[in-house]
Amino acid sequence: MFVLDGYDAFLGFLLIAAAVPVLALVTNKLVAPKSRTGERDLTYESGMEPIGGAWIQFNIRYYMFALVFVIFDVETVFLYPWAVAFHRLGLLAFIEALVFITILVVALAYAWRKGALEWS
Amino acid sequence: MVIASAFSPALPLAPALPGLGGANFLAVVSPGLDLESSFSSLLEGLGLTPAAAHLVWLPLPMVLVLVSAVVGVLVTVWLERKISAAVQQRIGPEYAGALGVLQPLADGLKLLFKEDIIPARADGLLFTLGPILVVVPVILSWLVVPFGQNLLISNVGVGIFLWIALSSLQPIGLLMSGYASNNKYSLLGGLRAAAQSISYEIPLALSVLAVVMMSNSLSTVDIVNQQTGAGILSWNIWRQPVGFVIFWICALAECERLPFDLPEAEEELVAGYQTEYAGMKFALFYLGSYINLVLSALLVSVLYLGGWGFPVPVEWLAGALGQSVDAPVVQVITGSLGIVMTVLKAYLLVFFAILLRWTVPRVRIDQLLNLGWKFLLPIALVNLLATAALKLAFPAAFGG
Repeated sequence: MFVLDGYDAFLGFLLIAAAVPVLALVTNKLVAPKSRTGERDLTYESGMEPIGGAWIQFNIRYYMFALVFVIFDVETVFLYPWAVAFHRLGLLAFIEALVFITILVVALAYAWRKGALEWS
Repeated sequence: MVIASAFSPALPLAPALPGLGGANFLAVVSPGLDLESSFSSLLEGLGLTPAAAHLVWLPLPMVLVLVSAVVGVLVTVWLERKISAAVQQRIGPEYAGALGVLQPLADGLKLLFKEDIIPARADGLLFTLGPILVVVPVILSWLVVPFGQNLLISNVGVGIFLWIALSSLQPIGLLMSGYASNNKYSLLGGLRAAAQSISYEIPLALSVLAVVMMSNSLSTVDIVNQQTGAGILSWNIWRQPVGFVIFWICALAECERLPFDLPEAEEELVAGYQTEYAGMKFALFYLGSYINLVLSALLVSVLYLGGWGFPVPVEWLAGALGQSVDAPVVQVITGSLGIVMTVLKAYLLVFFAILLRWTVPRVRIDQLLNLGWKFLLPIALVNLLATAALKLAFPAAFGG
């Protein structure tokens, strides 16, 4: 039925894992007291009435980190098949990976130098 | 007859690896218990087809693992409170059950009966979806945690990579709940959680990569099998000491444990992304973070501490007692002790994580990002290349 051996268990476990929070929330809905609405539905802001919402435009400083992350995450994914097959590939694969990683390290050094990895 | 078949030696072990030194460790690995094949043969004896027997078998290990994960969380919460109390010279929970062991259960039940409040200005759908998206991947990752040669839900080929893929789903849930709350603290907490998670994911994946390279396989079972042979001496921690430290730091950061609990730093952000959460949704975050901690500790023990392996090879012990490793009784004993070993190693790490919480001060966000990007990432890359070079130079010592 399944082309890939063992992944039927993945599908089954996905269903079971998804059932856990759903069951928990449904049980909570059934047994918990109903809401008496009012001030309790206000957003918490240290006891003050909230000033404005949080859905505003502002400078997300993690933006550059996210960009660098995408580069290195893709690099890591590329390296996985290399690592698994490395025992069959030998020296040439090592040099190739060395070149590949060096290019990315240069990119990291550039980002570092340019201040992309600075918080402030 | 049924009993005899239940203890019969299991499947032929792990694919014989092509390569130079691949066979030297495989030769000594005992097949261990295979409950599935014995259960299936029992059902087939009752007249079921193999496919039907497989279908009946499938949910059993899943439910068992789920229950043990939840029990593991309850134990961890209790341990956390007791050890924290001991560190601070308090008594900690003591009224609910002996030594307060039922306290986590009482807390969980209390949360179940709490009203679920969705703030008026929040986005209801995303607000509910957030905690679900945090918990489901964490539970799903238990698919690949092995407690013995065949004692895991499914030995899927991608194994440890599946865990890395699933763990990167979690920040989406955190970001979602932070954004949906429409609360400034939550939003900042969610953003921090995402930034922290992506910063530590790459060193984590790279240190796993070095282990994968040594075992020539992504399967968690193969990774443990590669560490058998000479007991404690063949564990990966001796060949990957740097990787072990990187992995553990990153795992703590991914779990948002102190010293890396910035997303929910209470002095700055109230409770971060969970500020607006109450009742069961809050409990789901709580459950998710503790399941994640236990999972990370289990994976450290699988990747670096020999998984279910004993400090002394089981073959030597069995040989000293004049027993064959394949004898049914010995298999049952080693199988159960293997589970105990895995859990013991994991809880030792959980203990260290709890102690670390009261020993190390919280880092600042810039220090956190610096540590991830400017220290751990280069070191992890060097570690990977060094492992590759050493594997070329000494193939036998580094998995062939």
